[in-house]
Amino acid sequence: MNEVALIFGMFVATFSVRYLLFAVAGRVHFPPWLNTALGFVPPTVLTAIVAPAVLMPEGELWPSPANPWLLAALVAVVVALVRRDLLTTILVGMAAFMLLRFGLGL
Amino acid sequence: MSTTEFPMSVARRQAFLAGAKATIPLIVGAIPFGILFGTLAEPSGLSALGALAMSLIVFAGASQFIALGLLSAGAALPVIIATTLVVNLRHMLYAANLVPRIRHLPQRWRIPMAFGLTDETFAAVSSHYLQQEDDKALHWFYLGSFLAMYSNWVFCTALGVGLGKMFPDMTRWGLDFAMSVTFIGMVVPYLRSTPMWTAVIVSGAMAIATAGMPHKLGLMVAALCGIATGLSLQLLKRRTSAEQANSGVDKSEEAAQ
Repeated sequence: MNEVALIFGMFVATFSVRYLLFAVAGRVHFPPWLNTALGFVPPTVLTAIVAPAVLMPEGELWPSPANPWLLAALVAVVVALVRRDLLTTILVGMAAFMLLRFGLGL
Repeated sequence: MSTTEFPMSVARRQAFLAGAKATIPLIVGAIPFGILFGTLAEPSGLSALGALAMSLIVFAGASQFIALGLLSAGAALPVIIATTLVVNLRHMLYAANLVPRIRHLPQRWRIPMAFGLTDETFAAVSSHYLQQEDDKALHWFYLGSFLAMYSNWVFCTALGVGLGKMFPDMTRWGLDFAMSVTFIGMVVPYLRSTPMWTAVIVSGAMAIATAGMPHKLGLMVAALCGIATGLSLQLLKRRTSAEQANSGVDKSEEAAQ
């Protein structure tokens, strides 16, 4: 594998996607409904990444109370709903995961 | 001239530092990933120098991990690059979201800002933008967030490359969960309305249903389904409340008559 070509290709694929709309900003205006739609983007995209990661951590659907990824994720959701503080959520969620997976050996 | 510039430079420095500070919780979540990426690079077939160059030049966590997975599976170069493009499409949605905020800036600002448009900086910056409607130094806040995230990402990659040589079994420590828990902490503050709850639940369910789709395309399908549901409910809600307001006016007019 040519690493220079790989990194250059990935740079182009990443930067062009990030820059395209910034480059033309000011000439393109979005209708109000599109702005409303874009407000839904971050939470839906992030959820679409998290849901398979915790419900199918090893490739197969695993909706069980013995699934440490799912249990720790639910702990994190509850902590985030109560505290709404990112660092607390990360620390408690990671502690729950480590305890379930390595402490209890789930 | 210097008397007018001095308070401006203070405002810029404060915004820059505030941006870096607001990104710290997200950086904490990214630390295990940077280390993990560096650790996994050599076993996956990417040299130590290649791993560092990728973090410095590409700067896209999810794509970098997927690239390692594809490299170790023996995928061809065009497949890895096309996958990177697909995985990064969500950044175009982030960029669209930020366009009203960067419209007034010259290209010399837009280029580094685009390069630094990660999930984490977008999250930090967009929640800051929600609070600050009109602030001339907002791009300095963005720059602070980006550079804090960037330097940490490169540093952690280097650390991981070093640790990978010392502890070859580090990848079994369950650090993959750190990304999930970070994203959960980022999503929950958005959950303040029925359309948002519904959008997130639909997106999560669709992501499970489409997990078998190639090249992580299911992620885009799931997000689009969630967005469409949320948007429909939001527009419906707006229309209903507008109708209720109108009927309220009608009733008060009737009462007056």
